Amino acid sequence: MAKTTLTRRALLKSGAVAAGALAMPSVVRAQSVTEMTMLAWYGQAEPDAVAAFEELHNVKITPKYYVGGEQMLALLAQSPPGTYDLIHADAEYVQQLVLANFVEKLDPSDYHFDDFYPEFHKFPGHWHNDELYAVISRFGFLGISHNLDAVSVNEASSYDMLWDEKNKDKVGHFDWHLPNLGVLSLRDGNAAPYDISGDAWAKLQDTTLSLKPQVRGFYDYGGVLSSLKSGEVTVMPGIGEWITGVLRRDGANVTTTIPEQGGIQFTESFSIGRGSKKADLARKFIQYTSSPEGQFTLANLNVFPAIIPSKVGWERMINEKPEDARHLGMFKGDGNSIDLIRKGRIHIRQLPVQQDLADWNDFWSAYKST
Amino acid sequence: MGQMSKDMTSSLSTRRLSRLAYGGIWSLPLPLWLAAFFLGPMILLIWLSFWDVKNFLLTPDFQLENWQKMLTAPYFWAAYLRTFVIAISAAALVSLIALPCSLAISFFLSVRARMVMLGLFVVPFFTSYLVRVYSWQIYLTENGIVMKLLAAIGIDSGSLLNTPLALMIGLVTLTLPLVIVIQSISMLSLDKTLIDAAYNLGCGPRRVLFATVLPAVRPGIVLGALFAFIFSFGDFVTATYLGGGKFTTMSILIADTVKSGQQWPRAAVVALMMIATLLITALASIAYAYRRT
Repeated sequence: MAKTTLTRRALLKSGAVAAGALAMPSVVRAQSVTEMTMLAWYGQAEPDAVAAFEELHNVKITPKYYVGGEQMLALLAQSPPGTYDLIHADAEYVQQLVLANFVEKLDPSDYHFDDFYPEFHKFPGHWHNDELYAVISRFGFLGISHNLDAVSVNEASSYDMLWDEKNKDKVGHFDWHLPNLGVLSLRDGNAAPYDISGDAWAKLQDTTLSLKPQVRGFYDYGGVLSSLKSGEVTVMPGIGEWITGVLRRDGANVTTTIPEQGGIQFTESFSIGRGSKKADLARKFIQYTSSPEGQFTLANLNVFPAIIPSKVGWERMINEKPEDARHLGMFKGDGNSIDLIRKGRIHIRQLPVQQDLADWNDFWSAYKST
Repeated sequence: MGQMSKDMTSSLSTRRLSRLAYGGIWSLPLPLWLAAFFLGPMILLIWLSFWDVKNFLLTPDFQLENWQKMLTAPYFWAAYLRTFVIAISAAALVSLIALPCSLAISFFLSVRARMVMLGLFVVPFFTSYLVRVYSWQIYLTENGIVMKLLAAIGIDSGSLLNTPLALMIGLVTLTLPLVIVIQSISMLSLDKTLIDAAYNLGCGPRRVLFATVLPAVRPGIVLGALFAFIFSFGDFVTATYLGGGKFTTMSILIADTVKSGQQWPRAAVVALMMIATLLITALASIAYAYRRT
């Protein structure tokens, strides 16, 4: 019988071979999958948003989520060019991305603009000196979100209802000055809610301060959801279907109404980060988000539903998700979301034009502290 | 003889040196820790308060504008005063609630029951404070358990959330267990012969408590209240989730300042004012606690 001896060297050698063999599939997999980075609001790189694209192009999208456009700008300023291949931003911050040279120019012919409603062919804020820097992915309106058990659609047709005795201690605020002051500026009758004179700004501050006795609290995203759902607050100005759409999925009897004085539009878009080494792949991703398939996916993201600019995407929503489409204003005929834009009732959210952003922020801190 | 004496001296000094080195090694972590996690960050924070923010980017500078801006803003002083009043109220309330509990634990319970009680007061620390505050939301909200119980006995109080009461409930939840433990340790280390002596000299239970026990355990009571004040003064979670962000405290002001405009230097000013307040309060409390009467 042959004697078998296992030397230490032999043991190490076979161990290394075994470890190498075991690791091989993941090494091979890691080599074949391309990684692409995305700087975005939460939810944009979750599986429901990107899995189809990832599978199609054998790519893994790694997100870095931010909260607020200013944090996004700060993160970009602190990172070397090329850190982020894709940048997801609200329209009001795209101009700042362009001015700070954080994003690449885009070729409009690369994207499905022909499928879009004409309002989004040359969306203000996404173009600079006649050059395209961002492609709209989806948008939504901000007006009055309310619990239908307590406040009817008819009652919510004017911002004046926020001051009703019935709503005392029942008004909630999403804790961000820009949408709140935007809708209250509309209530003051300002045709361009963010481009207001010194006098109009003083009046807006008075209007806002007069609302404080009605206010129940100031909430973050989670707080907005739980307070509206529990009935803690029954009405919230400056938010929209991005909140009530999520709550309705949970069975809450809530909706968003755009009052007669008008509403605010938020707009999401994708850009290619300056110095990206995967610009081609990033371009393919933006092509995907503007395609009918990508648009349908974006309208139904788990994080929150939103309106899409694609006519083809609308058709699919109306056919496959008529109830969601109706709440989002994606239906045919009068009063749909494009109709509201065309009638001039919707104003794009932007940074204050005649005042410093810090002034608006300071006032909001003072308002909360009153 | 002379050589022997020299050898002995040398051996003694070697032993002294090695004892010093031994003590030095054991003492080293404290200054290292303080330098790395207190002095260093503090210098950075002070330096940061003079920086500028250009295009949402922190830029090294030396300007007084941040200090000027914050210290002349009425909302800063409103938040400061509110935070101070909330924290001192919470410290007083918690100390009052904790006192009878600590007296019972220290003087009326058996050793076994005492250990069980103190153990139970430590249990809340096993759960995240954030989770405990979220649980309170369920109790205090419009359709919550507390409201339903009150409604059952005919009291319609509406929601308790986002009220000063909710704020106090959150802060008591945060600080009460710690204050009870501090007070109890102080009472348990009290020389019991003092109490016997007071009784032997004819004092009644009330006089024993106010003239003997409370003065003797003053450091424990003051330190307990100080910890309650410190935790309440810097708390963000309760003010946000039970106060509904309606009562802007210094911590909320820091978050707001950073959130909009990335104004880290101004947030540093707020933080430094908080640290200064806590240092002054702590030094004054300690001086009072250990003052000779």
